[in-house]
Amino acid sequence: MTPNPAGPEPGPGIAARQAVMALCADASRGELEAALARLDVPPAEDLRPPQTGLVMATGRIGGDGRPFNLGEVSVTRAAIRLADGPTGFAYHLGRDRSKARLAAILDALWQDPAQRDRVEAALAEAAGRAEADRRQAARRTAATRVEFLTVARGED
Amino acid sequence: MLAPGFTDPVHDAQATFRAVMDALARPGLPRPLTPGLTPPAPLTPELAAVALTLTDADTPVWLDAGLAAAPAVAAYLRFHTGAPLTADPAEAAFALISDPARCPPLGTFAPGTPAYPDTATTLVFALEAITAGEGLCLAGPGIRGATRVALAPLPKGFVAQLAENRAGFPLGVDLILTAPGRVAGLPRSTAVTEN
Amino acid sequence: MYVAVKGGEAAIDNAHRLLAEARRGDPAVPDLSVAQIREQMALLVDRVMTEGSLYDPDLAALALKQARGDVVEAVFLVRAYRTTLPRFGASVPLETGAMTVARRVSATFKDLPGGQVLGPTFDYTHRLIDFTLAAEGETAPAAEAEPHADAATCPRVTDLLAQDGLIEASPPDEGAPVGDLTREPVDYPADRALRLQALARGDEGFVLGLGYSTQRGYGRTHPFVGEIRVGEVAVAFVPEELGFAVPLGRVRLTECQMVNQFKGSGAAPPQFTRGYGLSFGQSERKAMAMALVDRALRAEELGEPVTSPAQDQEFVLAHCDSLQATGFVEHLKLPHYVDFQAELELVRRLRTEFEHRSESVAMQEAAE
Repeated sequence: MTPNPAGPEPGPGIAARQAVMALCADASRGELEAALARLDVPPAEDLRPPQTGLVMATGRIGGDGRPFNLGEVSVTRAAIRLADGPTGFAYHLGRDRSKARLAAILDALWQDPAQRDRVEAALAEAAGRAEADRRQAARRTAATRVEFLTVARGED
Repeated sequence: MLAPGFTDPVHDAQATFRAVMDALARPGLPRPLTPGLTPPAPLTPELAAVALTLTDADTPVWLDAGLAAAPAVAAYLRFHTGAPLTADPAEAAFALISDPARCPPLGTFAPGTPAYPDTATTLVFALEAITAGEGLCLAGPGIRGATRVALAPLPKGFVAQLAENRAGFPLGVDLILTAPGRVAGLPRSTAVTEN
Repeated sequence: MYVAVKGGEAAIDNAHRLLAEARRGDPAVPDLSVAQIREQMALLVDRVMTEGSLYDPDLAALALKQARGDVVEAVFLVRAYRTTLPRFGASVPLETGAMTVARRVSATFKDLPGGQVLGPTFDYTHRLIDFTLAAEGETAPAAEAEPHADAATCPRVTDLLAQDGLIEASPPDEGAPVGDLTREPVDYPADRALRLQALARGDEGFVLGLGYSTQRGYGRTHPFVGEIRVGEVAVAFVPEELGFAVPLGRVRLTECQMVNQFKGSGAAPPQFTRGYGLSFGQSERKAMAMALVDRALRAEELGEPVTSPAQDQEFVLAHCDSLQATGFVEHLKLPHYVDFQAELELVRRLRTEFEHRSESVAMQEAAE
C-alpha cells in the first residue's frame, strides 16, 4: 500500500483548519466539552458513526529517504452534519469515540466564518494549557543540555 | 449532501457478507438482500451494500461509464469505503457495473495469477431481474445436477464470454449478480449454457 | 490406531479462574491500575507497542496487566486486538527532522547545533538499587532552564556529514508502493523497507543479540552512533473525503542513525555508510540494535561477503518475530500423543532388533 502523499499544498484556509484540528487532537475530552459548553451548538447527526481504526505510520529510511511501514497507530474518526447543514470531521490518535465526535462538531462550527472567532475563543483555554505544557517540557529538557567546559588543551 | 451508509455498520455488513457468501456457494440461487440504503444514482442499494461490505483502502474499484459519470457516486464510495478508484479494469479488485448490457468484455478485467488466482476482479452487476427456474442453465460446484436462472439485461455473447472465462480455470473473474432486493452468485467454476 | 478423546473443558474453565486469581495476587495488596502501568512502566509499554506494532499506550498497558507482565503475551493480545480494527490508510511519512526533541545525543560530534541534550536517561546513573523507591514518596520536580536560541532547530548529524559528501544519501523516495508484511508474506530477497518493518516489530532481545554479534566480529561494520533522538513527532493522515493532511496528534519515537565503515570503489570515492533504527516510545536499545542489523543486512548491496547470521536475511527475518517464534516453540506443549506413540513404537522395535543382534553376535562368539 502506498503511503498517502501530503496532498496539494494547503491554502491559508486549510492551514488554519489544520491548526484547530491539531489543537483538538491534543486536547482532552473534558477540554472539548468545556469549549462546546461555551457555544450555541445545533443538534448534530452522524454522517458515519464514530469509528476506531488504524493508520499505518510510515517512517523514512535514514529519516529522510524512501518510506517504510513502522507500525500502526490507533485512530478514531467521526463525521457529523449539523442541523443547519455544515459537515464536520475529526481524526484523532486513540480510541475515544465521544472525543472525536466533539471535535467533529467543533470542526463544523469553525468552518462557518461567522462562528470562527467564537470557536477559537472557546478553545483558547485548551490552547493556553497546551502551550504552557510545551514551554515547561522545553525548559525541563533545556536543563539537561550539556554545557562543555574545556579542562585542558593538548598543546601545552 | 453525502448519503449515509449502513445504519448499523457491523450487523448490516455481516448480513450482506452472509448473503453474498451463500450466493457464491450455491451459484444461480438468488438470496434476499435488502440493505436499506439510499445511495446516489445510478448506484443501486444492492451495489452499494456489496461495495460497503467488501471494498476498502486495499481494493481498487473500477466504475462503469454510468457510475463514473456521477461525481456523487465517487464521493459516496470514497467516504464510506476509502477504496481507491481506478480507470484500469485490469487493476480492479472489484468492478461495479450499473449497466450490465454494456459491460466490457470479461477478458478486460484481471484474471488473477497462477500463484494468487484470488486476485482476479470480482464484477458486481446491477441487473433489472434475476429469476430462478428459467433462462440460462447452470451446472458445477455447489449445484446439484443443474439449475436455471434468468438474468436481464446481459451483454451480447455473454454465455460465450463465460465459457472462455471458465476455460482459464483456476484463473478467471467471478460475478456477484444483484437485482432489486436480491443477490445471486456466478463464480468462475460454474458452467453456463443457453439450455 | 488411535482413539479420539474430548474433555478438559471444566479443567480449562477452572484454570482461567485460577489464572485470574494469580493475576490479582495477594488481595491485601492494592490492585494495579492501567494508568499506573502506562505512567510508571512506560518503557515496558513502549516495548509492547513497538513489538505489537500498534501505538496505543493505554491498550499496551492493559495488555500488560492482563498478561501479568509477560511481554510476549502482551504483544500477542495487542496484535490480536489489532486484527479487529479496519485500516483507514497510511500516514503521511513521519518527519523525524521536525521532532520536538526530549533527548538528542551524538557520539560522533561533540558540538552540534541544538547541542547534546541528555533528557531522561539511565545512561549516567550508577546502577545502584535505590531502596528509597520502595517507600512511596513524592518525587522532587525536575530542574528547568531557559532553552537556548538554537534549541528549536536540531539538524541531523547525517546532514552535517552529507554537506561534504562524506556519507551516503538515504535511498530516495520515488513514490513506489511500500511493501507491507502484514498484508503479503515476505518473499526473499526482501527489500530494505520490508526488512526495516520486520526489525521494527522484531523481538528486542533477538535483534540486540544480532546487533551485538556484528560488533564482536560477525560482520564487520565499525559503527558509531551518529545520532539518537527521542521525542514527539506529529502524525498526519489524508482522508479521501477531505483531500488534505489531517493532524492526528503526536507520537513518541526513538530514532538512531548509525554511521558505519566507509566504502568506496574504483569509480566512487569512499563514503560512510549508514544503518537506521526507529521505534515507538523511548526504546533506544531497540533502535540502536535495529540500526546495526539494518546495516549488516545491506552486506550484499554493498558488495560485502555474507558470512555471519546478522547478514543473512532469511535467518534474521524468519526468526526475529517474537510471536512467530513463541508460537512454534510453545506449540510443543500441545498434545502430540499420537506422534509420540509412533515414536515410542519405533524405538521399542529398534531396541528389540538391537538386542537380537547383540545376542546373536554373543552366541557366535561363544561358539568360536
